[in-house]
Amino acid sequence: MSISRRTLLRNTAALGAFAGAGLPHIWIKNADLAYAAGGEIKVGVLFSLTGTTAIIEESLNKATLLAIEEINAAGGIKGSKIVPIVEDPASDPATFSEKARKLVVGDKCVSVFGSYTSASRKAVLPVFERQNNLYWYPTLYEGRECSKNVIYTGAVPNQQQDEFVPWLVKKFGKKFYLIGSNYIYPKEENNYCKKLLEKLGGEVVAEEYVPLGHSEFSSVINKIRSTQPNVIFSTVVGDSVVALHRQYKAAGLDPEKMPMASLTTSENEVAAMGGEAAAGHFTSAPYFMVHKSPENEKFVEAYKKRWGADKVTHFVSEACYFQTYLFKQAVEKLATSDLTPPNIRDAVKGQEVIAPQGKVRIEPENLHTWLWPKIAQAKSNGQFEILVEAKDWLKPVPYAAYPGQSCTEKGLVEKS
Amino acid sequence: MDQLIEQIVTGLSIGSILLLVALGLSIIYGSMGIINLAHGEFVMLGAYAAWVFHTYLGLGLLASLVPIFLVVAAFGWVIERYVLSLLNNRPLDTILATWGVGIMLQQAVRLMVGSELRYVQLPPALADSMDVFGIPISSYRVFLFVVSIALFGATWLLMNRTTVGMKLRAIIQDRSVAASFGINAKRVYALTFAYGAGLAGLAGALVSPLKSVSPDMGTGYVVDAFMVVVLGGVQSLAGTVASAFILGELSGGIAFLQNDTVAKTIVLLAIVVLIRFRPEGLFTARVRA
Repeated sequence: MSISRRTLLRNTAALGAFAGAGLPHIWIKNADLAYAAGGEIKVGVLFSLTGTTAIIEESLNKATLLAIEEINAAGGIKGSKIVPIVEDPASDPATFSEKARKLVVGDKCVSVFGSYTSASRKAVLPVFERQNNLYWYPTLYEGRECSKNVIYTGAVPNQQQDEFVPWLVKKFGKKFYLIGSNYIYPKEENNYCKKLLEKLGGEVVAEEYVPLGHSEFSSVINKIRSTQPNVIFSTVVGDSVVALHRQYKAAGLDPEKMPMASLTTSENEVAAMGGEAAAGHFTSAPYFMVHKSPENEKFVEAYKKRWGADKVTHFVSEACYFQTYLFKQAVEKLATSDLTPPNIRDAVKGQEVIAPQGKVRIEPENLHTWLWPKIAQAKSNGQFEILVEAKDWLKPVPYAAYPGQSCTEKGLVEKS
Repeated sequence: MDQLIEQIVTGLSIGSILLLVALGLSIIYGSMGIINLAHGEFVMLGAYAAWVFHTYLGLGLLASLVPIFLVVAAFGWVIERYVLSLLNNRPLDTILATWGVGIMLQQAVRLMVGSELRYVQLPPALADSMDVFGIPISSYRVFLFVVSIALFGATWLLMNRTTVGMKLRAIIQDRSVAASFGINAKRVYALTFAYGAGLAGLAGALVSPLKSVSPDMGTGYVVDAFMVVVLGGVQSLAGTVASAFILGELSGGIAFLQNDTVAKTIVLLAIVVLIRFRPEGLFTARVRA
């Protein structure tokens, strides 16, 4: 018998519709009972341990596990232990989606902590929305998303740039050279940066994107020399950050005259490029390892004790750490029989926790997080020096670059 | 005018790095006909060796270049001896085998030293920039240029002025006839492969202070190296040099005028078109068949 492509498609679609419409009613009932069975609360931990982004995601896995171990050591959540189920999505969006489905449908996890890149978050989003489960995303990202099934604990553009860009303009001048890796995150950040610069009377001398993983910046450096910007605004990610900084330094450019201002350079990247290549450049983020607070001292000490004295904490691993505590607080508010992902989502709205960076809060409207923006300068010892700390925490505005749109409890609202 | 000279110098620098990375592949591919997909991993091993020598033995990069060459060459020798030589005359299996070896090396490094980025120090004496034709350029890039030309010279001499080189050339022309003259083809192949691997290791160590060191860093380099070798023409060392500098100038120039994404696309497209009309590459060695 021959099956034409059309029949195959139709049949598959019909099967899909049947599965979507028919089965969940039966399954969710059972799932409810399973969420807190036997004094155990199962959560998924979905960070790449192999592949390109393992470089950074390994530390996110470690920070998440550290928080879970601490909570369990302190008696768990109302007597129940958190059981982490660790999966390795291998830096591949398709594998992310597959592993997410396994954690949510197969293991019946009540929440999943995971993802570094926007690509991987976008890949798992349909799984969490269809299954009405909950994903905890710790990374700073480009905003412009309004899902009811994701808790976003990293910074969005307004939280990294509102203070940073005016400060740079005032201190160094109005000519900006925008450079980023070629994907959605840098483009959205630059979009917002250009809006801010427009208000401040600034000028963009170039906007340029290099391929992901790019490591040859000599032509870029020539262009920087010939355009003479006051600030190089960088959203280059991953190992490209390391190459860019090292080649900038080797070419003899001077950070005092033409500093790089980055949204992505953390202690992690600085360790790889060496303090001498990082020294003098600026980063804006809600957290730095040197931040002085009792909570941070405790976090850094515990992290080094658990994973090695040479390890660093950074602004994404910190979010991994505190979001696990937010999860704990939300679960504590619920009766064991009410323990479902949507109920956890509702319980976490407005929750506050004293994180290493300061007190943070989940904004009930858009499920993003109130954070404490900071501006810091890298030092040759591989650490940062915090130069500016926000006096107040800053509300997350995921659609800051899109004036007509806002993320509310009802979802994305467009004002016309 | 200044910008033009600046860009030409930049292209030379990019080209010298390409040459460095492609030289080892060119030797192995050109003389043994082995498509070595593990080439990038040899580059990566060299970079990690530099990191190990620096972090655990306190050796500077320049002092550790010779040991790095020997270590990675030994690795190459083992792989030739115990994997590839058992697959003689089976090109497809060799591709698969080298690919597998590459994956294993990558994962082994990941398991042993972790997947975070590693730091190799720039030699302090070469950390500054210097003026070349009135253009400020990193001293280390000038050094890389000199080293890549020197390595090419050494390789050329090895191939054309030594007994091993002569034997290798004899084997390339006709293996069975060479064998009947008493040449031990197995041994020469193992040495050639080891030499190529050693060169790749050196390349990895030498680029590591400008770029970054991670278990999967080799993937990018192996693609670049293949583009250079294919464009230059298999079996032609001089072709490899020419094509490395052509690609360097081309991608540097387009990156300056447009951006790196466009440069990558156009260069790749140009190579595809060229291969369509000149499958043997730009330069071909005259070999009597």
